[in-house]
Amino acid sequence: MANSELKKVMEVKDLFFTYPGAPEPTLKGNNLPIYENKITALIGPSGCGKSTLLRAMNRIHDLYPGLTYKGKIDLRNQETGKMENILDLKKENELINLRQRVGMIFQKPTPFPMSIYDNVAYGLKLQGIKNKGELDGLVEEALKGAAIWKETKDRLKDSAMGMSGGQQQRLCIARSVALKPEVLLFDEPTSALDPISTGAIEELISEIKKDITVAIVTHNMQQASRLSDFTTFMYLGDIIEFDETEKIFLNPSQKMTEDYITGRFG
Amino acid sequence: MNRLLLNKIVLILSTVSAFIGIGFLFWILITLTYKGLAGVHFETFTKDLVEGGIRNLLVGQFTMALMATLVAVPLGVLAGIYLREYGHGSKFASVIRTLSDVMTSAPSIVIGVFVFAILVDPFGGYNGWAGIVALAIMMLPIIIGTTDNMLALVPKELREAGIALGGSKHKIILQIVLQAAKVGVTTGILLSFARIIGETAPLLFTSANNQFFTMDLTGQFPSLTVSIYNLATYPDEASRNLAWAASFILTAIVLFINLTGRYFTRNKH
Ligand SMILES: Nc1ncnc2c1ncn2[C@@H]1O[C@H](COP(=O)(O)OP(=O)(O)O)[C@@H](O)[C@H]1O
Ligand SMILES: [Mg+2]
Repeated sequence: MANSELKKVMEVKDLFFTYPGAPEPTLKGNNLPIYENKITALIGPSGCGKSTLLRAMNRIHDLYPGLTYKGKIDLRNQETGKMENILDLKKENELINLRQRVGMIFQKPTPFPMSIYDNVAYGLKLQGIKNKGELDGLVEEALKGAAIWKETKDRLKDSAMGMSGGQQQRLCIARSVALKPEVLLFDEPTSALDPISTGAIEELISEIKKDITVAIVTHNMQQASRLSDFTTFMYLGDIIEFDETEKIFLNPSQKMTEDYITGRFG
Repeated sequence: MNRLLLNKIVLILSTVSAFIGIGFLFWILITLTYKGLAGVHFETFTKDLVEGGIRNLLVGQFTMALMATLVAVPLGVLAGIYLREYGHGSKFASVIRTLSDVMTSAPSIVIGVFVFAILVDPFGGYNGWAGIVALAIMMLPIIIGTTDNMLALVPKELREAGIALGGSKHKIILQIVLQAAKVGVTTGILLSFARIIGETAPLLFTSANNQFFTMDLTGQFPSLTVSIYNLATYPDEASRNLAWAASFILTAIVLFINLTGRYFTRNKH
């Protein structure tokens, strides 16, 4: 790996994660670097812990009480360049700040029951931006950034609930992109969409990586190989292998990775 | 063969039962319309009970019901939010939820007696406030229950999406989750209103009744339902006719509110 020019934005270190009431950890000592302006794909059979790992990275898990983390998830401080462990964050406003820096897109599109404009403006308003002119500009910029401006510019006041699934998903991406996060986490963002919408989302993800680092869970091998720079293969809560995507797909070092990629299990 | 015969019997029995039910319903509605309409005149709405009209009764009944709504809606919606969004399977929340469910079927006369004991007896007499409190107590569990159930229908991904955009839990609940459940919650409020607008028992020994127009909630307060109850037992024709007219108007109002509520739910789902 030509690691010299790669900068880590996040790094998962010896992470154990246990769901409330579960007898044993779901994540069993994971290690994973996330490199700046790269796309990292998480693959593995259903139930192996991909979503669980992704959801630890912006601590969305903490919405539900009673879970335990052990280990570290470092996030680079943009100003000082130092890595800081996000598992140390305790106060609600610290977590809010974390989620503005590390956004998330879900499997099913999650438009809010409000207008297209208000969907995008919502996160910005939460950040305290009130000026109408400034909001207008940022909303337009975000919708353009998510390649959905042309379709929406004449119906910004319409409800987002009336859009197609693919449009809703791009709106959700616009909504997150508007906050200019450092990292964006995607949890199977296209598995509920048709092939054309999937293509549009994939194009969009490749486009935004110049500004935003991406981690994406996918069960679609083609998607992982088309889209990502790095791939990690997970199995039963363990990270089996992490490498450049090309290496993982052409010449994996673990037998299990090869078996999974060639469709022998999973 | 046997199965087919059984099928036929069940079909016939259920059709007959349905017709009996519908028959009674129409009987009631037709009698009510027939007897009620005869007593409805323009003056019925412009005169007070002392002069043989129901103006003060309508105003009184709606005043108490609306005030009760003002009390019960914020309390009920907040309690429903607590149960669904913050209680999280806690023991306390499940006790409250059960209590609220039980309260939904509490006999209204019992609520009336309870309020009599705490707001009428100690304060020296029947008063409008006591009636308002009794009605609010009746509405509360219905509103708590529908809010709780409607919030449960909002997918958890919507909450997570809000949190992932950097929202605090309470903002996401109030601005997004409640918004998504708005139609259901509003319908619940409307139906609970329809439920209490026609109640007599909670008012009978709380606000009682008043023949005159008044807006003074510290004294006896005019009520349409209590008046119907009283008038129907009077021997004279005029009183009984007025009772019919009042019943007809009350039924029309309740029906209208119910249908509006149903219309909203239908459009949503
Ligand atoms: N909320 C939860 N509580 C308890 N166990 C969970 C919860 N969510 C997921 N799990 C379990 O954790 C494991 C990993 O799940 P997940 O991360 O969703 O897998 P993947 O995304 O790879 O399909 C599974 O065995 C699943 O049953
Ligand atoms: Mg998953």
